[in-house]
Amino acid sequence: MTLLHEKTRRALPLPASSGCVDRPVLKERGQQEVFCGLTGIMWLHRKIQDAFFLIVGSRTCAHLMQSAAGVMIFAEPRFGTAIMEERDLAGLADMNDELDSVVEKLLARRPDIRLLFLVGSCPSEVIKLDLDRAAQRLSQIHSPQVRILNYSGSGIETTFTQGEDACLAALVPLLPPEPDSAPAALMVVGALADVVEDQFGRLFDQLGIGPVRFLPARLADDMPPVGPNTLILLAQPFLTDTVRALEERGATLIQAPYPLGADGTTAWLKAAADAFNVDAETFETVTQAPRKRAERAVGLHRENLQGKRVFFFPDSQLEIPLARFLGNELGMSALEVGTPYLDKRLMAHDIAALPEEVTISEGQHVDKQMDRCRAARPDIAVCGLGLANPLEVEGITTKWSIELVFTPIQGYEQAGDLAELFARPLNRRTRLEV
Amino acid sequence: MQLTLWTYEGPPHVGAMRIATAMQDLHYVLHAPQGDTYADLLFTMIERRQKRPPVTYTTFQARDLGSDTSELFMDAARDAEARFKPSAMIVGASCTGELIQDDPGGLSKTLGLPIPVVPLELPSYSKKENWGAAETFYQLVRTLAPHGPEAEKAADAAPSCNILGPTALGFRHRDDVTEIVGLLEAMGIHVNVVAPLDAEVRDLLALRQADFNVVLYPEIANPAAQWLKRSFRQPFTKTVPIGVNATKDFIREVADLAGLDEDSALALAQSRLPWYSRSIDSTYLTGKRVFLFGDATHVIAMARVAETEMGFKVVGLGTYSREFARDVRDAAKLYDCDALITDDYLEVEAQIQALQPEMVLGTQMERHIAKRLGIPCAVISAPVHVQDYPARYSPVMGFEGANVLFDTLVHPLTMGLEEHLLHMFRDDFEFNDAAGPSHLAHGTVPSPVSEQDNAAPVHDQATAVTPEDQDEIIWLGDAEKELKKIPFFVRGKARRNTEKYAAERGLAEISMETLYEAKSHFSR
Repeated sequence: MTLLHEKTRRALPLPASSGCVDRPVLKERGQQEVFCGLTGIMWLHRKIQDAFFLIVGSRTCAHLMQSAAGVMIFAEPRFGTAIMEERDLAGLADMNDELDSVVEKLLARRPDIRLLFLVGSCPSEVIKLDLDRAAQRLSQIHSPQVRILNYSGSGIETTFTQGEDACLAALVPLLPPEPDSAPAALMVVGALADVVEDQFGRLFDQLGIGPVRFLPARLADDMPPVGPNTLILLAQPFLTDTVRALEERGATLIQAPYPLGADGTTAWLKAAADAFNVDAETFETVTQAPRKRAERAVGLHRENLQGKRVFFFPDSQLEIPLARFLGNELGMSALEVGTPYLDKRLMAHDIAALPEEVTISEGQHVDKQMDRCRAARPDIAVCGLGLANPLEVEGITTKWSIELVFTPIQGYEQAGDLAELFARPLNRRTRLEV
Repeated sequence: MQLTLWTYEGPPHVGAMRIATAMQDLHYVLHAPQGDTYADLLFTMIERRQKRPPVTYTTFQARDLGSDTSELFMDAARDAEARFKPSAMIVGASCTGELIQDDPGGLSKTLGLPIPVVPLELPSYSKKENWGAAETFYQLVRTLAPHGPEAEKAADAAPSCNILGPTALGFRHRDDVTEIVGLLEAMGIHVNVVAPLDAEVRDLLALRQADFNVVLYPEIANPAAQWLKRSFRQPFTKTVPIGVNATKDFIREVADLAGLDEDSALALAQSRLPWYSRSIDSTYLTGKRVFLFGDATHVIAMARVAETEMGFKVVGLGTYSREFARDVRDAAKLYDCDALITDDYLEVEAQIQALQPEMVLGTQMERHIAKRLGIPCAVISAPVHVQDYPARYSPVMGFEGANVLFDTLVHPLTMGLEEHLLHMFRDDFEFNDAAGPSHLAHGTVPSPVSEQDNAAPVHDQATAVTPEDQDEIIWLGDAEKELKKIPFFVRGKARRNTEKYAAERGLAEISMETLYEAKSHFSR
């Protein structure tokens, strides 16, 4: 395993055996101010261009989707809600017949759709509506034109980004099998902005790593094959179930930190390079220029961010890798890093890179956490949309965590943008004289 | 099961949140899973409220369902009372909470909390946001108002009223209240209580002290006002004071209820709208064809403003407030058009495409539809977005509200002389209709309606022009070119009329001659 290029900074430890991973975690239970997994549809429906996401749920689900997006729809979105009504619940209408006719109507409107996800919600889970069987039944009717899958994005089972995990895990059985004899192939897992995906594609190409595939692909028919020679590299940290499903199909996980910041991206690429036996010289040649660019871009913000104290409310599941980036590359210190749930295996490298004194909290009791945040008086708090303005009123600068999900932040070329997202709210404070 | 891509109203518990958030010392304990906390952002982001809504969500998870979710509810209610010390509490369930049938009302009774607890039954699978707000306010009034002291009044005291209906997340409620309080006080009427916006729980105990009630938003306040009328014999107003004439009617109605002299009250009428509308610059507004959609209150009131105070022509109107369908249908009759009662925005879009209005007055949704179709639009009703909470004072009620409306309705339009010049010099490369009104910096207006007619998106077959219209009749080159010289906002209408004219006469081709024949045939 390789050391990082710059020894003065805390190196990103690569092996997961470190004792640092087994640190105490503050586990909390109470009101959780986090979106449910349905919100993942917000970016997934743009990512997979011929997929439609049909939530089987209530008016609340539909209202959540249009409110959480922050904007109202412009073109017709590739998502919708089949709203259950009283007559469905009272058994006056057969729910399966109703669903079939909704799907029929939808597919007639949208002949361009090749992949339809039936997405379970809190109410559909509570009444135990069997969307597995519905998806099978509907697939028989609509295949081969449309494939129909299902997953649950319900708030009783999933938080925010876990919806993407559930969606990708549902895609795994659909992936074509790759024979045992196939050469090693890299599968980058987790939705990335198209521009970031293309950048990574070019870097892997220059490193001589290939074939490289991305899950999810941009089109339903282009989903990557998987087999015993597939090596998976996670672009996002919240993909527990997807990894498990891919491993069941023989794939092997490459352990790595997440590609946030210059160092994070280098360590991430390096993990893949090592797995594909790329020699050190080639790695250095390929990564040097973009890495320097990224360091320069991040460095522009160091003066404003160094020494600043940050408090993370749990939201996107990116909190731990972000805290690692802010600490290692910008000299910020995390006070508390909240995460909706903690997968120690997938977070191993990033947790290990956090100083011992940082509190990691899992789950949430929002009132108690607000109290801790007020007492800690951080320079910046990373939180969901519901909490941001109330904290600002109390004099605490905030960064909305949803922006970190909806903005391309991974990779070298985005490292500066990522730093800027944290610098801007502080910068704004210093400008305003009202 | 109903396929929904977008919804005008949230679920009924969001209506209850609007009441709880409007008031100062009421807390809402909601039996709900974690994702339902999204609703907080409606208040903190869209309305820019400075405090979190006073709502505690029990946040049950799948693993709790097998065990004791009712225990979870009771803990949450107990903790919320201890932490927030509200003066009263409302308890209920969201859509998922309703399904697990824990009975929050019954459970909260067993807690013996030291404050009044009002249980809410809001059926999530049949009712919606405004209904939920109305029901919540009604239950609060019904539970609390009888405990207030009986009305006592000195013989020489000024007449008094309550103002009912303004909530959090309402369309311009904040400024409407300021405007109407000012108007009533100028009339010599004492405003006893405004509720629920900014009210305290104890204010609801004082409701019965007033002589009558002013209902600003019938969607929200009607059930409570009717109950107050039955219980305390307080009459309530029926006129919503939006527009100059409605405000005058409102003054007459209030003067009558308060026993005041109507004429001296009407002397207060001061609005710039009448003169602005009569000034010759406004001539170009004459007969502009408008389509309205929104909640019933705003649509009915704004149709009257548009037709009688702006000189527009109402060509269609509709509402998503099914509870008020009859009132909206009656209003439509006044303008010789049909009312569209629906909560499916695709139907609204189809209606707008079919009617080809020159302006749309609607909600944020119609703003998007109009933008897609290249039609000027002003927002006149909830559902709201962050831009519906302007920093400046901008009521839509009362006389200042009428001034605001004049500006609001004129702003999206191309101004009089500019419109003429556009018409005359159509081919100017930088001064053409596709460039949009010169005072709006939005850049280019999206492709005009008529072009979209031809290239209707594949997915949008429901709203596309029926293909027969186009297959059978051919536009000849010169006619097609001439058609493009017609301003884009009426071009679609001209195309349709010409095709209809040609079809009725069995013409296979449309020449320039046909175009002008049709124009004269349909000229108004």
